[in-house]
Amino acid sequence: MIITLIDIILLTFMGATAIAILRLRSLFAVVMLSGIYSLLAASMFVALDAVDVAFTEAAVGAGISTVLMMATLALTGERERPAAHTTWLPLAVVTVTGAALLYATFDMPPFGAADAPVNLHVAPRYLNDSFGEVGLPNVVTSVLASYRGYDTLGEVTVIFTAAVAVMILLGGRKGDDAGIKNEPPKEKLADNDGDGDTA
Amino acid sequence: MFAVTAFAVLIALGIALGRAFLGPTVFDRILAVNSVGTKTVLLIAILGFLTERPEFLDIAIVYALINFIGVVAVLKFVKYGDLAAASRGEDGL
Repeated sequence: MIITLIDIILLTFMGATAIAILRLRSLFAVVMLSGIYSLLAASMFVALDAVDVAFTEAAVGAGISTVLMMATLALTGERERPAAHTTWLPLAVVTVTGAALLYATFDMPPFGAADAPVNLHVAPRYLNDSFGEVGLPNVVTSVLASYRGYDTLGEVTVIFTAAVAVMILLGGRKGDDAGIKNEPPKEKLADNDGDGDTA
Repeated sequence: MFAVTAFAVLIALGIALGRAFLGPTVFDRILAVNSVGTKTVLLIAILGFLTERPEFLDIAIVYALINFIGVVAVLKFVKYGDLAAASRGEDGL
């Protein structure tokens, strides 16, 4: 009962944050609010007993994503241009899709039901045998690191490639004027005679 | 007891959210994010005791670390526009 009430309040906060993100034009404020949204989502996941997911959401959503977005903002502008076209068609598409997804949830088994198909296939084996087969107390860890080891290796490769690509895009300007665009370069300060060199 | 604390933390979370929505300066919003992060840590700790799984407390402490590092990174970006700018400003530039 209390947990349900906390869930409802957290979901209300998340909705309000999403609407504020849509309405604000300052991209810095949008980045900050998306960090808040991630923290609220992490609280929501903890309330739903998915502590591992919540931890990932907080580290990736509120931590790394915010820093990457700030790095992007340092390279681009901080204001969003007003939309040049009407947004009714995308809004209609999103509304219809959301309604269809909501309608699809009516066919799903209740949250946490023990006889749901997803809890009958391999989950009992993981829960019963994983400690004997792998020897780790945390079932999620033994699934990710042992049963789905190759899958996790592929995911890590993808994330590593993405990280390298992002670092090349955002940090590839080291050596010329990397990171000092908030203050005038030293050469220009010394160029008092105006002939283009620093003499 | 824990329920009352949880709702008090949620009210504080709502007030911090209001500051994040309204701004007006950059530092209001950074402080609001930091405050929401702190409230998240408290909420996770309370949820752990509320559902009688106090081992959530460890996770709440790691959240506090993430929150601290994230805010420091954002502040460095606001001041310098770069993460690797630690010693600039000390050499007279």
